[in-house]
Amino acid sequence: MSEGTIVAGALAPHPPHLVYAENPPQNEPVAECGWETLRWGYERMRRDLDALAYDVLVVFSPHWQTYIGTHFLGVPHFQNKSVDPIFPNLFRYDYTLDVDVPLAEAICEEARDAGLVTKMMRNPDFRVDYGTIVSCHMVRPRWDKPIVSISSCRSHAYYSTEVMQEQAIALGQATARAIERSGKRAVLLASCSLSHRHFVTESELPEDMSKEHITNHNQYLWDMRIIQMIKEGRTKELIDVQPEFISQAITETDSGALTWMLAALGMPQLAGEVYAYGTVIGTGNAVVGWYPKGVPA
Amino acid sequence: MSVVIGGIVTGLPHPLLVPEQNPHWRRVRQGFEAFREEILAAKPDVLVIYSTMWPSVIGHQIQADPEPEWVHVDELFHDLGSIPYKFRIDADFAHAWREAALERGIHARTVAYHGFPIDTGSVTALKLLNPDNAIPAVICSSNVYADRAETLVFAKSLRDAIEKTGKRACVLAVMSLSNRLFTDFIDPADDHIHSDKDEEWNQKLLQFLAEGRLEDTAQLSRQIQKQIRVKKVVNFKSLWWLSGAMGQHNRYEGKVHAYGPIMGTGAAVVRLTPSEDGIGDKEFDEDDVEVFRGDRDVLSD
Repeated sequence: MSEGTIVAGALAPHPPHLVYAENPPQNEPVAECGWETLRWGYERMRRDLDALAYDVLVVFSPHWQTYIGTHFLGVPHFQNKSVDPIFPNLFRYDYTLDVDVPLAEAICEEARDAGLVTKMMRNPDFRVDYGTIVSCHMVRPRWDKPIVSISSCRSHAYYSTEVMQEQAIALGQATARAIERSGKRAVLLASCSLSHRHFVTESELPEDMSKEHITNHNQYLWDMRIIQMIKEGRTKELIDVQPEFISQAITETDSGALTWMLAALGMPQLAGEVYAYGTVIGTGNAVVGWYPKGVPA
Repeated sequence: MSVVIGGIVTGLPHPLLVPEQNPHWRRVRQGFEAFREEILAAKPDVLVIYSTMWPSVIGHQIQADPEPEWVHVDELFHDLGSIPYKFRIDADFAHAWREAALERGIHARTVAYHGFPIDTGSVTALKLLNPDNAIPAVICSSNVYADRAETLVFAKSLRDAIEKTGKRACVLAVMSLSNRLFTDFIDPADDHIHSDKDEEWNQKLLQFLAEGRLEDTAQLSRQIQKQIRVKKVVNFKSLWWLSGAMGQHNRYEGKVHAYGPIMGTGAAVVRLTPSEDGIGDKEFDEDDVEVFRGDRDVLSD
């Protein structure tokens, strides 16, 4: 068996608005349009990822919150309806997906060996979180690749950003080791926004783009600073600045998703391919790909 | 009419799914059962739940599906088992509450979608307190950005709706006292409150509640948030909501039915009944507010 590899990492934010605006057959609500900058960015990233011929998507989701350890989906197949508890008017999605359980178990085991608290989720009635579903749909709407879904153990809330970073880095390194041993070609998805302050009201027509903008300029400045680091490949600085970024821009990177993904890639001094930046109900979202062997031609 | 009975209950699923695994969990389960009898005796027309385990962003959400039915699995304690449920929701009252909220400046909306994920706390409370759906229920969310004014005015809008509809209401906050879970899996037999500090604060809260001092505990919310709450949201709001819904005073008869640890958190079942007696109101630090006029756009200045 050849050595497995991470062929790409991606920042793949999960606002359900993006699926809503695409009008896939799985989603019940119907939109006229909306958030095109982000959706078209996802389309370009999809094309680049498809050129890599990968075997599995490994996604870290802030919306599977497990305060005791990091959990992994451990059931081979799920079929259910996902209704977003925050935006149920936009996202009521019938999903059918396969899980790469052997890889999930391998990452779980590697992470446990690294000292992290871990658990496999074996309940077949479990409803997969909408962060996992949205990010995977936007990257691979055909759902013809198995996934590994990893929870967020919220150590930022329980301890500090620094503890979260340490744990996310250990988890990322464990993920890389398990993928290497698996012989598979994996794409990693960090399912999170950048700045994450929402509006607390919604326009009558959610896809009315005349109402969409960043919640405040402070968050925009922070998002631009982070994206500049991404474009210049300043990965270590990007991680080092997270405590300030999380505190000042109320970011969703507090979940550990971005740190995990970059740690799995080995914190490369590698420029990310920024496909899009846009806001969704006031939050800042970037679609970015990191390609260790270069952006596919 | 009025709020005829109220209280707090834990939302963790252990008393529902595995009470036999720990004597504390069994006692909490028995506390639920004793509280259920008292709720039935009070003959409420509607059972209103404010769940700290249902977060919302777009204002507050109110469940209005007349008959939600699903099989629920907790995202953290999924290994304890699945929870099939079918509830009876008072959709008319949910709509009346929303209207009352809007009149006080609160952004609120009802939700009625097949498959909507009712949270573990609400499911646990309804399964244990209202197992045969004898009392129609209404569930509301906890807005992650709301602070005291918005929460209190939302609670007052519930009183408006109760008054307008002429209902007798039971109001419940689904919440932990101290909410710090262990960060590793433990043998259920080894469960205990996470720290002595959490235990001391929990005991103080239980003392106040047993004395009927609901508004006093609500006035302590900011301090409670600092001392014994993991800061997942901007503040500890459930006692603001409960006191607002029950009238913002200290004239209750309180009964602590059960208290104990669940995976390190402080889990309690407490009943409060309006009473002519009780400890008088002291000079409160927190201001009162009747209408919500917004967050003054602090973040977008």
